[in-house]
Amino acid sequence: MPAKPPEAAVLDETDRRIVNALQGGFPLVDEPYREVAAGLGLNEAELLARLERMLAARVLTRFGPMFQVERMGGAFVLAAMRVPEADFERVAAQVNGLPEVAHNYRREHAFNMWFVLATETPERIAAAVEQIESTTGLPVFAFPKEREYFVEMKLHA
Amino acid sequence: MPELDDIDRRLVVATQAGLPLVPRPYDVLAQQLDLDAADVQARLRRMLADGVIRRIGAVPNHYAIGYTANGMTVWDVADARIDALGAAVGALDCVTHCYRRPRRLPDWPYNLFAMVHSSNRAGVEEKISLIARLLGDACRSHDVLYSSRILKKTGLRIAG
Repeated sequence: MPAKPPEAAVLDETDRRIVNALQGGFPLVDEPYREVAAGLGLNEAELLARLERMLAARVLTRFGPMFQVERMGGAFVLAAMRVPEADFERVAAQVNGLPEVAHNYRREHAFNMWFVLATETPERIAAAVEQIESTTGLPVFAFPKEREYFVEMKLHA
Repeated sequence: MPELDDIDRRLVVATQAGLPLVPRPYDVLAQQLDLDAADVQARLRRMLADGVIRRIGAVPNHYAIGYTANGMTVWDVADARIDALGAAVGALDCVTHCYRRPRRLPDWPYNLFAMVHSSNRAGVEEKISLIARLLGDACRSHDVLYSSRILKKTGLRIAG
């Protein structure tokens, strides 16, 4: 955690209803925002303005299609390492240097480095793991997803 | 594996940063890609049906909406019961991602991963108790790993 937690953005009830309504099922019609706005009792311009504001304020990180890399022939694998504290910065730089590393988080645990490898083919995951192991001198534990239990985010209005 | 043609890939590249915030977003994409607007909608509909697109929607930033404590909870759940229980854990309001992953014995005994978000750690701990009750005797042990720093974060990028 940062020393001081970031301020939570102020969302009013309408913002929360918008975020909840936009969890999925965005219409594939000529004027989709108008349709969503009508369902929420808003007008299209207000919905667009609020979406723009929430994206600018980083309340939303994205609005659009969420792609499943695996279904495009690519692979997305969570992996972890136990990095000695004294080597942490060096290893973080080496791991982050690989373009295949999409996210990397420090976590409070003996397994203190958790990252996601994203490659265009499943075969390249093994090559990336090997490269990290040989560069850092530490074993990499890969945790490929075996099954996903579907969830969606719900904000309480 | 669904087949994606070149036009599909261009559509993925054009939308991976987001959908245009204009009244007719699919028309804007069609113009950018020199396609017909109906074709853009039809291709997105097919990719949704094939699972290439999981959903079209908004991705909230957990920190910004007040969930500043983010714990990766991990559970050692009996293999025979994990799928039914995993679905139940995934259905909880407080869980945003829930996956079955392989154990790495003897270093790592956990096969169920559930991300739990709350405004503080006490809130995460409360939710961990809730999950523990739900799993009951199917769970042998569990742990929670709090994130303490983002070391790298890049969006998904596929080559154009």
